Amino acid sequence: MSKQLGNQADDYRWPHRHLLSLEELSSQDIRFLLTTALGFESVSTRSVKKVPALRGRVVVNLFFEDSTRTRASFHLAASRLSADVLEFSAKGSSVAKGETLIDTARNIEAMGVDAIVVRHQQSGAARMVSQAVGCSVLNAGDGQHEHPTQGLLDVFTIAKRLNRTDTFDFTGLKVAIVGDIAHSRVARSNVHALQKLGARVVLVGPPTLLPGGFRDMGCELSHDLDAVLPGVDAVNMLRVQFERLTSQAFPSVREYSSLFGLTAARMQRARKDILVMHPGPMNRGLEIESAVADSPNSTILEQVTNGLAIRMAGLFLTVGAS
Amino acid sequence: MATLTITGGRVIDPSQNLDQQTDLLLENGKVARIGRVSKPVGPTIDAAGCIVCPGLIDVHVHFREPGHEEKETVKSGAAAAVAGGFTSVCCMPNTNPALDDDGRVRFIYRQSQRANLANVYPIGAITKARAGKELAEIGLMSRRGAVGFSDDGCAVADAGMMEKALRYIAMTGKVVMQHCEDPSLGGGAMNAGALATKLGLSGWPRVAEEVIIQRDILLCRHQNYAPRYHVQHLSSAGSVELVREARRHTPNITAEASPHHLLLTEESCASYDTHFKMNPPLRSAADVKALCAAVAEGVITLLATDHAPHTREEKDLEFASAPYGVIGLECALALYIKALIEPGVIDWPRLITLTSCNGAALCGLTGKGSLAVAPGSGNDADVTIIDPNLSWTIDIDQFAGKSRNCPFDGWPVKGRATAVVVGGECKMALESGRLRGFEAVPAGRAKALLMSDY
Repeated sequence: MSKQLGNQADDYRWPHRHLLSLEELSSQDIRFLLTTALGFESVSTRSVKKVPALRGRVVVNLFFEDSTRTRASFHLAASRLSADVLEFSAKGSSVAKGETLIDTARNIEAMGVDAIVVRHQQSGAARMVSQAVGCSVLNAGDGQHEHPTQGLLDVFTIAKRLNRTDTFDFTGLKVAIVGDIAHSRVARSNVHALQKLGARVVLVGPPTLLPGGFRDMGCELSHDLDAVLPGVDAVNMLRVQFERLTSQAFPSVREYSSLFGLTAARMQRARKDILVMHPGPMNRGLEIESAVADSPNSTILEQVTNGLAIRMAGLFLTVGAS
Repeated sequence: MATLTITGGRVIDPSQNLDQQTDLLLENGKVARIGRVSKPVGPTIDAAGCIVCPGLIDVHVHFREPGHEEKETVKSGAAAAVAGGFTSVCCMPNTNPALDDDGRVRFIYRQSQRANLANVYPIGAITKARAGKELAEIGLMSRRGAVGFSDDGCAVADAGMMEKALRYIAMTGKVVMQHCEDPSLGGGAMNAGALATKLGLSGWPRVAEEVIIQRDILLCRHQNYAPRYHVQHLSSAGSVELVREARRHTPNITAEASPHHLLLTEESCASYDTHFKMNPPLRSAADVKALCAAVAEGVITLLATDHAPHTREEKDLEFASAPYGVIGLECALALYIKALIEPGVIDWPRLITLTSCNGAALCGLTGKGSLAVAPGSGNDADVTIIDPNLSWTIDIDQFAGKSRNCPFDGWPVKGRATAVVVGGECKMALESGRLRGFEAVPAGRAKALLMSDY
């Protein structure tokens, strides 16, 4: 693996006990984690899909919000590292009886665990847990703040498709993130990861879902997908999160999809080799047309596959740093 | 090649700073040339002694179709527009159902094409059914050709909703036109004050207008003045102050005044004549003076009629029960002259700016509001010919529009559009003696009598 680290300084050591946000990782940290993930990829293709890296360790999936793929992906990642995995769901737990987040986390830690993977509907929840416990904490999505492993697996997917895994240098690339930016933790994590690797980011959406604050984060903002599409190497289509919309953010589904939906007709404006990404779950026919989601440009299933190696790397590095 | 030559007029086109006696050649629906035409070929209009200017534009009319065709239709309204010298108008969305989706926007264009008189452009509703609760399909309407957005008839009352609407509409680049009336303060029958008290009528105070204007200006400021925001039918001196201050910071905030607010005061309501009931209401002489000064100063950026037809039966009600509104298209020009040119408040080029150029700019009407001959294709051949010295008497029975609710009936006035050209075609020409190569084209009542499907 050390050979693949390429430009990494010899004395580099992964410094983070937690994986809470990509904002707080350096570009060197991100490249190191991506390179580590590259090394773990082969585990999934062996007949015995396990390595003993975390044998005897305990990883808890502490999920306060519905999740299918992220939860399964973390579970499988921990299993492949030979850790024991405990699933903890907010439903039917003591949380329903009025226990605070901090108490819940401390009780779980008291069972002797090495890492807590936490998803929560409130921004900042993962950090709060990390401050309450002594073990590693990995953020699997906190409100509309960050979803670091998603951001990492997205840049990992781009790097693999565009043959940039030797350096993970994205200089010269431009990526559009389209849709409900305001409520998206995926957008925030992607912005940090992409910018740290050297890519430029343009955010596209209706003004009601595109806060001006992203301009201060160095992003270009646009309301015109047709104008943006020809100039980007990848387009990441976000799901319209109806469950997070507290008031009407656009006039109708019909208007949204005709202005911001990625249709086959609209794809005519894009580069032939543009990457079409989506963090899932998709609203087919709303933000993305099936013909596009299932086209050769689409990386949607690769993203899911890549998530596994990313999460193995995340668990391995954070627990190893403890 | 279809041509029309307009000879010997005083051509005023503020868009290119032009004011000189010359000829105008129209070719295939476009302005082809400004300058002496020594031997005109084809039809000509002799415009000696007249003003020749880019077709007049009124960005604020109510044509009641669909829903209240007994008051006005797109066709009868377009006939009224042409009779008054207007070549383009923008109709408000307070129809029934409201113009709040792209299908209805398209409907207005289709009706306008069928009428084939003045160009009628639709203003889309800001909120669904103008109810102030949810954004209407603004993006789709804009794409289909809505030239601005308004819930006219009422304001978007909720501040959060308005903030969102300004933000969303800014995406389209179109203008937001606000009927400034706080519903919890406005709604009375006439201006609030001593006269309303004496008459026993409920009051509609100036502050109901001013509070919305001030709030909206703050919302625009909050968005770095990115939205384009237009105050409809401004009525009070206090509103003038607010708009003046806002325009020191941005040109994106604009305002209009209507003829009745420039000429009439609340005293007219003393007889309980419902023709003087309008929204916003007539106010005091001091307000009229402030509005005229604001026109001169440029705080009021354009003039618009708020042409609001109602049937006789509706207006023949007790003052408090009658609907608000006056018609304006067929006498507006003479009233603007009376209010602004005759007292020397503004000159003719400025009046053309306020009644043509600025309306085209506000609503992004390409090819309108200018006679400039652009390389490639010129502007549209929409031209109004005005005899500034023609004396006449306003007579509601001679109007082409369907309704008669005009408080200016019987007024002696001076100045009138005598010919109107839309897209190179003469839609109205009163004086046959000035025409060569074609017959007089009737306007007003004479036109209405000839129209089918009226």
